[in-house]
Amino acid sequence: MIHASSNEQPLWQHHSAKQTLLRWLGWFWLVAITVVSWQVMNENTIWAFVSDAPEQAVDIGSRMFPPAWGYISNLWEPLWDTINIATLGTLLGIIFAIPVAFLAATNTTPSTRFVRPVALLVIVASRSINSLIWALLLVAIIGPGLLAGIVAIGLRSIGFIAKLLYEAIEEIDESQVEAVRATGASGVQVIDYAIVPQILPAFWGISVFRWDINIRESTILGLVGAGGLGIQLNASLSTLAWNQVAMIFVVILGTVVISEWVSARVREAVL
Amino acid sequence: MLKLDNVSKTYKTGDKALHNVCLEVSAGQVVGLIGPSGAGKSTLIRCINRLVEPTQGSITLGSTDLTKLNRRDLRQARRRIGMIFQEYALVERLTVMENVLSGRLGYVPTWRSWFRKFSPEDIALAHSLLDNVGLADHYNKRADALSGGQRQRVGIARALEQNPELLLVDEPTASLDPKTSRQIMRLIRAACQERNLPAIINIHDVMLAQQFSDRIIGLRAGKVVFDGSPEALSDEVLTTIYGDEDWTQLRADATPTQNEATAVLDLAEGV
Amino acid sequence: MPEQSLTQTYPTRWKRPPVLLTNPLWRRVIAVGALVYLVLAIQTVEVDWQRVYLGLERGWRFVQGFLVPDFTTRWNDIYYGLIESLTMTLTSTVAGVLISIPIGIGAARNLAPAPVYLACRSIITLSRSFQEIIIAILLVAMFGFGPFAGFLTLTFASIGFLSKLLAEEIEDCDHSQIEAIRATGASWWQVVNYAVQPQVMPRLVGLSLYRMDINFRESAVIGIVGAGGIGATLNTAIDRYEYDSAGAILIIIIAIVLVVEYSSSYIRRWFQ
Repeated sequence: MIHASSNEQPLWQHHSAKQTLLRWLGWFWLVAITVVSWQVMNENTIWAFVSDAPEQAVDIGSRMFPPAWGYISNLWEPLWDTINIATLGTLLGIIFAIPVAFLAATNTTPSTRFVRPVALLVIVASRSINSLIWALLLVAIIGPGLLAGIVAIGLRSIGFIAKLLYEAIEEIDESQVEAVRATGASGVQVIDYAIVPQILPAFWGISVFRWDINIRESTILGLVGAGGLGIQLNASLSTLAWNQVAMIFVVILGTVVISEWVSARVREAVL
Repeated sequence: MLKLDNVSKTYKTGDKALHNVCLEVSAGQVVGLIGPSGAGKSTLIRCINRLVEPTQGSITLGSTDLTKLNRRDLRQARRRIGMIFQEYALVERLTVMENVLSGRLGYVPTWRSWFRKFSPEDIALAHSLLDNVGLADHYNKRADALSGGQRQRVGIARALEQNPELLLVDEPTASLDPKTSRQIMRLIRAACQERNLPAIINIHDVMLAQQFSDRIIGLRAGKVVFDGSPEALSDEVLTTIYGDEDWTQLRADATPTQNEATAVLDLAEGV
Repeated sequence: MPEQSLTQTYPTRWKRPPVLLTNPLWRRVIAVGALVYLVLAIQTVEVDWQRVYLGLERGWRFVQGFLVPDFTTRWNDIYYGLIESLTMTLTSTVAGVLISIPIGIGAARNLAPAPVYLACRSIITLSRSFQEIIIAILLVAMFGFGPFAGFLTLTFASIGFLSKLLAEEIEDCDHSQIEAIRATGASWWQVVNYAVQPQVMPRLVGLSLYRMDINFRESAVIGIVGAGGIGATLNTAIDRYEYDSAGAILIIIIAIVLVVEYSSSYIRRWFQ
């Protein structure tokens, strides 16, 4: 389109053409890998089941309605358990996440060489593994029940809270820290007077946000035996009592909506 | 009182910020430290309370060699040195009172400072200092609710709460308007006179330095190039410190606005 | 200034004013309420200490399995599970992005007419309300076991996530640029192409890569309810108490998450 009138124009064009080529190559590879992945993934897919799906959906849908409203009397206790798993698990996560965050932040870690990588590893390990997998492990180790659920939620929360918290610690205003240090304050006092006030709003926001997520996650932990609504869900699923399943979904949805509202209100109040 | 002997500082990046600085400050003397940006003014001040570690030389306050102290003794020594910062460096989310009381942190055990339990004498002193700087009623406000001039007054109160033997002042007026700058300088000056307190004031405004100090030290590229009375600060001296500039013209420009500012200030002083 | 006179003329007591709840009654009510809740909640946790004690030995074996993982014994299962997880992750992310773009545009208040806006917003809400696991249960019931159900689950979940964030990004777009293009007499498509796309493209790439990371982590979970992937392998390994194989799988998951995170920050830089 543009015919070069100066010497710089064609140079720029050339570079751009190379970049365009690279981009197209990138897109081509993405499409190619996706297509191959699709084929590999569906090698064993039985398409008869897939084409059958709409009928199955209609069937399940008709069994779900109307939901078994009366079944709710069986759900209050598991619901209470679910909330306790989420809350106690979040508390557990917070207790461990705080020291990990301080060890991981470049400006508070005692050693960037040795301590910080360990703290970062703890964060990555905790974040990579879903709470349901933690629950699966813990149920096998310490047996089914609320404790496994609480510890699972706690272990998953450590990485989430510690990551966001250490990022907040790294963003603080260093001059305030310097000023408190200049008065002759000890290390703990510097944390108390200069760092904590700066990260406190972020800390509350992160904790409540994680609690909200944990409510969602703890509704299903029972599928692997870690207590709460999931246990009822598992029972109803295995007996194919779809109208009870529908009722459980309604309760889960209600809980999630309320917890989201609570967490939004609290975050508003804190920030 | 304070003696710097052959102090040098080389940063890890290889930048040599200070070259063999020698100077002595006697009791009650207010020293204005001037020089272009990057001359090492901030570094010099921070070497004294070792917020920056000097690479070479000795710094003696009274009979203590500050450069030889271990961590604990350094904290004890920092209690004796008050510092006032550029951009105030108050802990924004703490109350004014907590900011002032943080000047006592070096004297208070950690558990007491954690619960904000300071001695009656400390609290009375804080109230009196806030009264002196004209903020008697603001003690329960959060620091970020104050104006720039008010914040720097809190900064002064925090430094004086330490009952210091030496005051380090780093660009106290950098972000303040001319009128407020003069009020702040007047406050610092008065505080020093009242307590026979020596001070090193690092300041970029030559006129303010001349008016409010007993002695001027000029720094250029990490070396002391001038040390004398404010009256001896001739145009030639300014040229050796800052390089070529039409100083007579600059002074002529500065004078009328300064007078105006003084006039307004004298009216506002009582407020 | 003698100290004595200071303590006589100035107050000697100071208490930090409460920051959050200024009403003392509310403060007390909330503190007591929290304490009561905590006691009640902890009481519901029935711990069979004998079982926990027995479990400690197993826990120790798991730690050992994690430190000395066994990649070889179950390598075939791990390999197939991993292939399923990875293919599921890629295809569902691509499908999710493709579907999210029209829905995200439809859910942006500054581009879409009201009925379209409402329709797209309800799709987003529907997708975001349910856990991936619950969706997987339903889809497995409809489509049968295997990675196809997993693919659908992850695609469905990606749509809610990506469309919502994309719509927010479009709504935050610089309005003057859109107006400028509109003023040239451009059609709606041209406005989207010339004014909106350049502004949201880098962010869309970043979000897609982030979602890919999430999809991989989720793909390790939905296998537990039969939707294929490495989760099924992990589930079996744990059921059989083969902690060294389980440790190997967890290490692989962590390693892949790390690789995805690093490469995505690299790709993002390439696109900006």
